[in-house]
Amino acid sequence: MDTFLQQLVNGLTAGSVYAVVALGYTMVYGIIQLINFAHGEVVMIGAMVAFSVINLLVPTGLPALAIVLIGAGCAVPLCMLVGYGMERLAYRPLRHAPRLAPLITAIGVSIILQHLALMIWSRNVLAFPQIIPSRTYFIGGAAITTVQIAILAICLMLMASLAILVYRTPLGTAMRATAQNAQVAGLMGIDINRVIAVTFIIGAGLGAVAGVLFGTYYGLAQYTMGSVLGLKAFSAAVLGGIGNIPGAMLGGILLGLVEALGAGYIGDFTDLCVWGLPLEACEGGGHFILMGSNYQDVFAFIVLILVLVFRPQGLLGERVGDRA
Amino acid sequence: MIRYFDTKGKPWLVWVGFALLGLSLALLPFALAQIGTTWVRITNYAILYVMLALGLNIVVGFAGLLDLGYIAFYAVGAYVYALLASPQFGLHLPFWVILPLGAAVAAFFGVILGAPTLKLRGDYLAIVTLGFGEIIRIFLNNLSQPVNITNGPRGITGIDPFALPGLRFTTAIEYYYLLLVVALLIIVVNLRLQNSRIGRAWEAIREDEIAARAMGIDTRNLKLLAFAMGASFGGVAGGMFSAIQAFISPESFVLVESIMVVSMVVLGGMGNIWGVILGALLLSFVPEILRWTVTPLQEALFGRMLIEPEVIRMLLFGLALVLVMLYRPAGLLPSAVRKRELEEHVA
Repeated sequence: MDTFLQQLVNGLTAGSVYAVVALGYTMVYGIIQLINFAHGEVVMIGAMVAFSVINLLVPTGLPALAIVLIGAGCAVPLCMLVGYGMERLAYRPLRHAPRLAPLITAIGVSIILQHLALMIWSRNVLAFPQIIPSRTYFIGGAAITTVQIAILAICLMLMASLAILVYRTPLGTAMRATAQNAQVAGLMGIDINRVIAVTFIIGAGLGAVAGVLFGTYYGLAQYTMGSVLGLKAFSAAVLGGIGNIPGAMLGGILLGLVEALGAGYIGDFTDLCVWGLPLEACEGGGHFILMGSNYQDVFAFIVLILVLVFRPQGLLGERVGDRA
Repeated sequence: MIRYFDTKGKPWLVWVGFALLGLSLALLPFALAQIGTTWVRITNYAILYVMLALGLNIVVGFAGLLDLGYIAFYAVGAYVYALLASPQFGLHLPFWVILPLGAAVAAFFGVILGAPTLKLRGDYLAIVTLGFGEIIRIFLNNLSQPVNITNGPRGITGIDPFALPGLRFTTAIEYYYLLLVVALLIIVVNLRLQNSRIGRAWEAIREDEIAARAMGIDTRNLKLLAFAMGASFGGVAGGMFSAIQAFISPESFVLVESIMVVSMVVLGGMGNIWGVILGALLLSFVPEILRWTVTPLQEALFGRMLIEPEVIRMLLFGLALVLVMLYRPAGLLPSAVRKRELEEHVA
């Protein structure tokens, strides 16, 4: 039971970060049906910029919270700029091209961003400075740290504000109109290009915050972190129903839980001794574990494949046409 | 062969051209060896990439399915060879047994991946294949416990070279000829495929799947076939890679490699065999030439190396992908049909 609660806490924390990243994918997809492959790299750049700024500010002796806030404050606008830049240069000219074309430029942009980051921040794994004093609380046998609580709170706040923006403001109405039918929305006086650019900018801003949170949580940042994180977040978006904003939130949290619980229990499930197989290794309470928690990263992909095969529209999505 | 070329009523010209081409390909390694044996080895890897790009071209170019995890099949082929011809299990089967087996196993994996996913839309398929590539790599990395199969991240060493009775392939030049023969074989198979019943069916699926199905084409099986054939070429290339390197580890089969092969296909011109070959050669040689020029140049200009050639290589790949899609979406040497298709949509 303790493992279960603990993995629940860990899964919720990681899942809420996935959810925030997944929002970036789902918003862009909802509006222009593009998988913004480079979104993961935006998250990475957010983490990297925050890393540099925080490292720069630590010797000044400012309070820890202020340092992290300034770090995030620098990362967010920069990532927004990156998000706008890639929409403008790489995606907008291809908006009416066949789907494969923007997907390939997206891969190109992702490679470029990754290697620019490599040039600036080297290929080493950077240790994210752990400056926020962390206290641990216990809830029914599971430990939860202040950082985890903060991450959960920030992610919930971001999701709530995004929901308000999309469902309660004129800009949100414009975004939803564009998502439904860009041409008609244009005829109704909506500046489509602006709405799409704003969508990219908001998505990138969310991604930047997620990057900072991710870096603070795991204490690591590397130029390659974006691709795996991006892929997981994309899986989350698909799980919830891509293009669907509440879906991305749900999908992110679920994926985090599946991953954490999977990693926590896969060792027990694939232990042939538990299944009662008469193996030499099992004698005297030994174990013969086929797959350990080092397979953690596989879960997201398996979830992705299962969802796409059995319910391609995702949990909350609507059925869409099959044509590419 | 002649009908693949525009001979303008002078078919003998083609044969003269073939003779000259054959002669220069045969003499190439000796000319390269004058510069340095490294260049023969670089050429060998370039030929491997040509094979990979041609295999992927079947999936991406002919059938129009974007596969971002293609390197997984290369890995499967490489590991099949490595496990059956190395001290890892003490097995030393001859290559002419393992290579077809590797191709078959890779094709099997292609079908396993394809069967549940091929009904997905193009961009979803791309992501799923990418995930599949990562899954294979994670398994290769971790299948050292509880039973040591792949030896984990340390990889497999001491892999046998190719051998026939009385002939062992060891030097780079010997492998060059072997690779050349296999590559030519693959090119011929591709040329024959393109205009076959199957090739035309793939083209129809790529252009409009619903229309193709209405015409009585079994789209699901043909897409599976494209996946399996593409995968089997990857498997063959992987087996040869294993033998040439004598050492493999999961490090060689990362996502970047998949993307590199995709770049080759896209840059050269999806669907056009000669374009794809050009793309593969360009993206294999240009980075090497860069490696030899950029470092001295930077040292002369700035006194030290500022940007590693490897990074420049990747930046160029990225830029190439973006620029080709923006300004020449059908590739450097576009296939006629593909060009019409892509430009029609842009206009």
